[in-house]
Amino acid sequence: MSIRVNFTVNGSAESVDGVWEGESLLYVLRERMGLPGSKNACEQGECGSCTVYLDGIPVCACLVAAGQVEGRSVRTVEGLADGDRLDPVQEAFLECGAVQCGFCTPGLIVACHDLLARNPAPGDAEIREALAGNLCRCTGYEKILDAVRLAAARRAPRP
Amino acid sequence: MEFLRPASWAEALELKAEYPDAVPIQGGTDVMVEINFDLRRPARLLDLNPVAELSRWSTTGGVLRVGAGMTYTSLIRELSADLPGLAQASRTVGSPQIRNRGSVGGNLGAASPAGDSHPPLLAADAEIEVESRARGSRLIPATAFYQGVKRSALAPDELIRAFHVAPATGPQYFSKIGTRNAMVIAVCSFAIALHPRRRAVGTGIGSAAPTPRRAGAAEEYIAAELDWDSRAALDPRVVARFGELVAQAASPIDDVRGTADYRRHALGVLARRTLTWAWHEHMRERTTT
Repeated sequence: MSIRVNFTVNGSAESVDGVWEGESLLYVLRERMGLPGSKNACEQGECGSCTVYLDGIPVCACLVAAGQVEGRSVRTVEGLADGDRLDPVQEAFLECGAVQCGFCTPGLIVACHDLLARNPAPGDAEIREALAGNLCRCTGYEKILDAVRLAAARRAPRP
Repeated sequence: MEFLRPASWAEALELKAEYPDAVPIQGGTDVMVEINFDLRRPARLLDLNPVAELSRWSTTGGVLRVGAGMTYTSLIRELSADLPGLAQASRTVGSPQIRNRGSVGGNLGAASPAGDSHPPLLAADAEIEVESRARGSRLIPATAFYQGVKRSALAPDELIRAFHVAPATGPQYFSKIGTRNAMVIAVCSFAIALHPRRRAVGTGIGSAAPTPRRAGAAEEYIAAELDWDSRAALDPRVVARFGELVAQAASPIDDVRGTADYRRHALGVLARRTLTWAWHEHMRERTTT
């Protein structure tokens, strides 16, 4: 048996057939919809690599059952750029060298994107708290913090 | 596997009555881990996300009734003043992503001895509202809800609807031991609630026994020793004795997260610390009112 799931992904209404009932949203995005931006690493909510927005709230896509997104709206890292124009958070990650192997990057980008939407001028403690659920094994996090500060500065209204 | 999507609470109860083996799923932060790792293949999942009332709270007769599906993030945002102990515990759950999905109802359903919400629920005398189609609803005191490692008083045809708890009338604190400040399953944890009006103290011990439990002897001892009317500082000997009694109330084991000896020691430290924080807050309250 399988189910059909109807939901909105990055603004586009989608219908996916043949979904196994125990399948995660992450599997549907990556394997059934050709959206491999969200990464599959720990499958237990520990690493944050699969972070996506569900109805505007950042969640681990590996812990959302596919059937639970019926009628809801999902935004993945693929949905952050405006055509060829990267989101300021994405640009800042590139410029600051916050990307090394890149595996954790999509999840961190979504988490940072959410942080700056909620708090345009976060302090370092707030940045660390907001990114506590995203593991990076390359950068040591310092360049990621630099990237968040840069993105925040660029988003800030000019005086 | 079958995926059941009730549109209302009544329909959820119908489905649970018809399929007692259906596993309720709310935030999925426990259930999906087990499915992803092939540790569990339930015949049916019962998705409670569509039952909107589960994510709301209300007050009746001075008692809070908090829907079982309210996420930790919402609880922190909306109930920190009324339930400071539970809000502190909620802040230590997982990560922002986990707190955006996980709920106290899910913590109760999983009934892990390490669940972060259990100690503050115990300390604050919370009651769990469960319901079945056949027998209607009943309130289970938190002390009677936890029955063993990952076992609760919930019957197979019942669902957890809410928890009931009085808003704090005194200081409440929660503290837990772990290797970092996020993504930590407690090595052990402790919650304290002072109830100055009835001169009582509630406690909750987490991750140091087969179930979350209260430290009854420690509660009685400290309630009698505290000088509720004065602003007197705590006698260090009394604080130390409280710590000993809390440690004695635990029955921890050695496991990957820590040894039984360490847990007992750490619980004594947490008990002394949280008591000191709570009493200082109580003294400040008295100074300002």
